[in-house]
Amino acid sequence: MNLSRNPRIREFKFTLSRIFSNPSAIIGSLLLLFFVTVAVLAPVIAPPKNHRNPYIIPHKGYSSVPKPPNKENIFGTTAGQYDIFYGAVWGTRTAFRIGIIVVAIAFVLGAGMGTVAGYYGGAVDETIMRVVDVFFAIPFLVLTMAIVVAFGRGLDNIIVALTLVVWRRYARVMRAGVLTVRDQEYVQAAKTIGVSDTKIMLRHILPNAVFPVMVIAFMDVGSMVITAAFLSFVGLGAARGYADWGQMVALARNYIVGPADDPLRYWYTIVFPGGCIILFVLAWNLFGDALRDAFDPKMRRR
Amino acid sequence: MATFIVRRLLLMGLVLFGVSVLMFCILLTFSPERRAAAFVTSPQQARDIPKIIIQYGLDQPVYIQYYRWVKEISAGNFGYSTVAVSPVSEAFMRYLPITIEMNLFSTPLIIIIGIWLGTQAGIHKDKAIDQVTRIFAIIGWSLPTFLFALLLLMIFYGLFKLFPPGVLSNSVEMFIMNNPEQFIRYTGMYVVDGILNGRLDISLDALRHLVLPVVTQVTVVIAILVRVMRSSMIEEMSKDYIITARAKGADRKTTCFKHARKNALLPAVTVAGWLVALSIEGSVTVEVIFNRPGMGQWLVQSATQLDIPVILSVCMFLGLIYVTTNLIIDVLYAYIDPRIQLS
Repeated sequence: MNLSRNPRIREFKFTLSRIFSNPSAIIGSLLLLFFVTVAVLAPVIAPPKNHRNPYIIPHKGYSSVPKPPNKENIFGTTAGQYDIFYGAVWGTRTAFRIGIIVVAIAFVLGAGMGTVAGYYGGAVDETIMRVVDVFFAIPFLVLTMAIVVAFGRGLDNIIVALTLVVWRRYARVMRAGVLTVRDQEYVQAAKTIGVSDTKIMLRHILPNAVFPVMVIAFMDVGSMVITAAFLSFVGLGAARGYADWGQMVALARNYIVGPADDPLRYWYTIVFPGGCIILFVLAWNLFGDALRDAFDPKMRRR
Repeated sequence: MATFIVRRLLLMGLVLFGVSVLMFCILLTFSPERRAAAFVTSPQQARDIPKIIIQYGLDQPVYIQYYRWVKEISAGNFGYSTVAVSPVSEAFMRYLPITIEMNLFSTPLIIIIGIWLGTQAGIHKDKAIDQVTRIFAIIGWSLPTFLFALLLLMIFYGLFKLFPPGVLSNSVEMFIMNNPEQFIRYTGMYVVDGILNGRLDISLDALRHLVLPVVTQVTVVIAILVRVMRSSMIEEMSKDYIITARAKGADRKTTCFKHARKNALLPAVTVAGWLVALSIEGSVTVEVIFNRPGMGQWLVQSATQLDIPVILSVCMFLGLIYVTTNLIIDVLYAYIDPRIQLS
């Protein structure tokens, strides 16, 4: 059979054409491509000086006064003479690590819980959803902060804390999706011919209910990086001098307003790391937004 | 209606019980010595940690510990805050008004501007105002709150010297500290207290310090309301009853504002709970950046300095606020839209 006639491949091609007919998706994916390239090529773009831990930003001297961009440090240096360019490049890897690990684990956890709750219903559903309610009762940032305090500060603990909090939304959205699919005829048919519950959930229910959750997850990658950056900013995250955008904004904190005669003198200390965070988040949001339009059955065939 | 409310109240109790268990789990990750601090009410007591460990049974099985902890909390003993240098309950009264004051200004603005912008964008779909609000919403969505706040500080404090951080100017703060009898703090909110004391200059000074925090809060929280209002307005405008009204000769303005908007407001009510959560998170960030000594800044300082009693009680308090407002929203929603079956 001709491969291009296969309905699945045709459908996939249609989805792709839907995604890339949207200008915001093109901007979003170009930005993402840029960040992926920078992350992959980080050792080439900014060769590490400390080979055992390349995430430590090199610094010459300890002066706390930032230096403007020059030949040696093309983005300038921030407080403690840490090179901003090096931090921005390697910080890309940190951002991907935070966003993707958190969202991937939370997605599996939340979507799994939501599917089980929606499929079995009854006491299982009640139990799982009441736990979700408890996690929902405290605002995201506050609960994350409390868990980081319990586990101790540090980037790895921020990742754990974010994962433990963000799954709640995936569980709720997934369950709602499963409920609409659960009583369809094809699920009944599968049950009648004796397909196991696990297989029904994985083969028949999950693929038909997972897209709304996937779109949220995509857009959450950016939000995770924002929250982690804020926690690093207040001093609960990465150590001083670690290649993390939030920590670099924290280093710039005392230089946001310069001396009276030149208030914007230290603009580079905040604009470069801050700009990285904003563009990174924007990339995921634009791409996620386009995904939603492409996967939404109501919008799809218009 | 009554059974619905009773059922929701029972559920709310269950959720709050769950929150207390969750908080207790966080508490359990600390050593008994650190946990003892959660029961201390004065600095003198803090020297007698081993005595407290025995007195409150911190060497007892977990369920007994939980029972005792809840008993203390329900008796109003939230422990001693090392950050605030006072018992938690006293510090609450000091920090809460600062946070409430900011939200008293931002919340009405969010609701009024949000509904107005969303309606306009919905009526003029794909026109200039729609595109402008879309960009506005994307900014509110993608721009991290703390970076946006820093940016505002850089421009409006650094460059233009207009709106300084903090809650009051130094001179005013000194005056209040030195003359407590001339400036009585009735509410803890400086704008209101200034009016009550007949000192409009202090109110104005406090207002000047509120501009940037309120602008940040509104920009960050409003995005979701504008988008929901817009899409529900578009949906209502395409319905049959609007076409009928227009066919009968009602002008565009009447159909938009008298007919469509009333129904379009319903979906907007459902995001109210979300707005509350966003406002709480926004308050935390805004207070840290603009150096406002409210609940949010207190919470963050407590987190960085491991002031455990504060973190636990603030989380429980916010949980209570959030769950209660959600209950009110649900009841209100059922009341506004009689089509909704309460079951």
